[in-house]
Amino acid sequence: MARTLSPSRITTETIHYDANRIRRDMAVRKIGKIGLLLNPIFTYFFLWAPILLLVIFSFNDSRSVSTWRGFTLRWYNNIFNDIVGTEARFSTGLMLNALGNSLFVGIIATIIATIIGTAVALSLARGNYPGKRFVDSLLYLPVVIPEITQGVSLLIFFNVLFDFMSTVTGQRAQFGFGTIIIAHVAFNISYVAIVVRARLADMNPRLEEAARDLGANEWQTFWRITFPLILPGVISGALLAFTLSLDDFVITFFTSGVGTTTLPVFVYGLLKLSVTPEINAISTLILVVSTVLIGISMLIQGRNATRL
Amino acid sequence: MRQVDVELRNVVKAFPTRHESGQLVAVDNVSLEIYRGEFFALLGPSGCGKTTTLRMIAGFEDATSGEILIRGQAVQNVPPFHRPVNTVFQDYALFPHMTVLENVMFGLEMEGVSKKEARKRAQEALEMVRLHQAEDRRPRQLSGGQQQRVALARALVKKPAVLLLDEPLGALDLKLRKALQYELAALQETLGITFIYVTHDQEEAMTMADRIAVMNAGRVLQVGTPEEIYETPATEFVADFIGETNFLRGDILEVNNPFAQVCLDETLTIKAAFNDQALTSGSRVTVAIRPEKVNLFSATGPVKYADGTNESPEEHRELLLRDPDINLVRGRVLRANYIGTDTRYVVSIGQNQQLVARVQNYGLRSDTTFHIDQEVYIFWDAEHSRVLTE
Ligand SMILES: Nc1ncnc2c1ncn2[C@@H]1O[C@H](COP(=O)(O)OP(=O)(O)O)[C@@H](O)[C@H]1O
Ligand SMILES: [Mg+2]
Repeated sequence: MARTLSPSRITTETIHYDANRIRRDMAVRKIGKIGLLLNPIFTYFFLWAPILLLVIFSFNDSRSVSTWRGFTLRWYNNIFNDIVGTEARFSTGLMLNALGNSLFVGIIATIIATIIGTAVALSLARGNYPGKRFVDSLLYLPVVIPEITQGVSLLIFFNVLFDFMSTVTGQRAQFGFGTIIIAHVAFNISYVAIVVRARLADMNPRLEEAARDLGANEWQTFWRITFPLILPGVISGALLAFTLSLDDFVITFFTSGVGTTTLPVFVYGLLKLSVTPEINAISTLILVVSTVLIGISMLIQGRNATRL
Repeated sequence: MRQVDVELRNVVKAFPTRHESGQLVAVDNVSLEIYRGEFFALLGPSGCGKTTTLRMIAGFEDATSGEILIRGQAVQNVPPFHRPVNTVFQDYALFPHMTVLENVMFGLEMEGVSKKEARKRAQEALEMVRLHQAEDRRPRQLSGGQQQRVALARALVKKPAVLLLDEPLGALDLKLRKALQYELAALQETLGITFIYVTHDQEEAMTMADRIAVMNAGRVLQVGTPEEIYETPATEFVADFIGETNFLRGDILEVNNPFAQVCLDETLTIKAAFNDQALTSGSRVTVAIRPEKVNLFSATGPVKYADGTNESPEEHRELLLRDPDINLVRGRVLRANYIGTDTRYVVSIGQNQQLVARVQNYGLRSDTTFHIDQEVYIFWDAEHSRVLTE
């Protein structure tokens, strides 16, 4: 089309619509739109459908895990009242004991991981030392390497350590709460550090300078300025760590000993016999608790993101 | 001899760059003396090293070499919280988790002042900046101008010997900035505290400061009162950065006191003042002339006087040329822009030179307005054309 300002050339001919082309383009656009819509639907379907099935069948009034026979709270009732059909291995006492173990490990591991993780984040954000970038990249290692690798490597590590210790002291240490907690701390440090560091990165470094300018030393600056401002990050990091600790199966499986069964390991033990509706019920309860904790963690992060 | 509050002696700051060998010299051999009680402006374009200089005085950066003295004491190893200076940060850096009052009290609490006393003094400081009614609010609930005043109160409540301000009005809109400029200058005068004020806005520096240091590329090019800087700029950069200036290139023909003869081209030689006593004939120089120092009159029509008498352009020219310290050249108007208080003319002179002239508007009298292609005479005092050294 000629691009000219000469009036004689401006005629209706120069504006020519190709109806076929428009129709074709509109069709392509429609397909594109449908594609965009289907994409999240498929993604969420594969992500959530199995979980949804699990939840639904935990309320199914039948032992069958494939056909729906009506709504019941029987399985929830059962797991808290020690009534579990033919499965002799199950008892509410054992389950509550496993839950207690999970909480104990979770709380201790979370406290330790939160303190160390926060310190790591501070050192990475504020420190200036050789090898900082290396430490920084190592931080993501536990997030990306497979859990099974971590589990096996910890198992080997503890065995080597115990061998060495027994040759020195003559006493052999046992797998138990100690090893589980150390393992949980090891992977949780990364998660806490990543969350806290994101928070620190959002923080205006001038705030700390302003505090020092106004007469605060490093200690006062940390407790009066830095800590209150990163606290939401620390809390949400801790909640994340606690959740991961409660949910962890693989690493715990490799590092636990006699009498230190956590809830996920306990559930796995039940599964070895058969999939029962009670397992669905327990899994649903774990899911609810985890979702609530993660939800709170995200809420704290989100609500305070705009405050700095 | 006035007392010196802050002294910089050959201060250099080099930052390492990503490439191992390289370094960025942000502050390059700066020496300054800032007197007690003065309003001192550090003026220069963005990235010239103003903030870095201020941060070294505050103690947030260590000088690579050189010395900084505050009230005669070298402060190399003194941490920020022990220096008798306070800072108003560019982005205010108010503590978001504290109320306005808590922000202002913070510095006093760090000194060990009792809570009750700190509260009283903080409230007084907020009253001084007229923000006492907002003391329970959080910083983010305040407007930019209010936040700026909280930052000021927070620093001033510490009664520092020297207050450092880093573009404190930079984030505000023009009207508010103007209002706060006068407010700040007045406050400084009543308190008598030394202010070191960083800005890239030459007008702001001119209005507020007692003395100005003009910086470029890490160096201080000139230190002086606003008048000295404006009237006798030391370098081309200073002349260009502060206000509008004509730059004419030429060769020195002759150096007489007090003026040098500068040949701009074969048809055009002017007289110009100079600072550099080592100036010799033959050297290539730049001459700076402020547009508002230049006067025009028509070369074709009569020159009218207020009493109603007239004079021909030739008569007027003869009259002016009786003064030996005047430059008078003929030219032709190339462009005219009416800009309210005055009109800006671009006039061609000599063979191929241009000169900008600003003529104040006295209403629309025909003999003070000129049209394009009009032949005119341009004249100015020789002392207003200055030979620059570079
Ligand atoms: N911490 C730093 N690390 C590296 N370079 C810096 C640092 N701070 C400032 N610079 C550089 O030093 C120069 C001067 O910066 P600055 O003092 O902030 O300038 P101004 O305040 O005049 O705009 C700039 O080129 C800037 O990029
Ligand atoms: Mg700056």
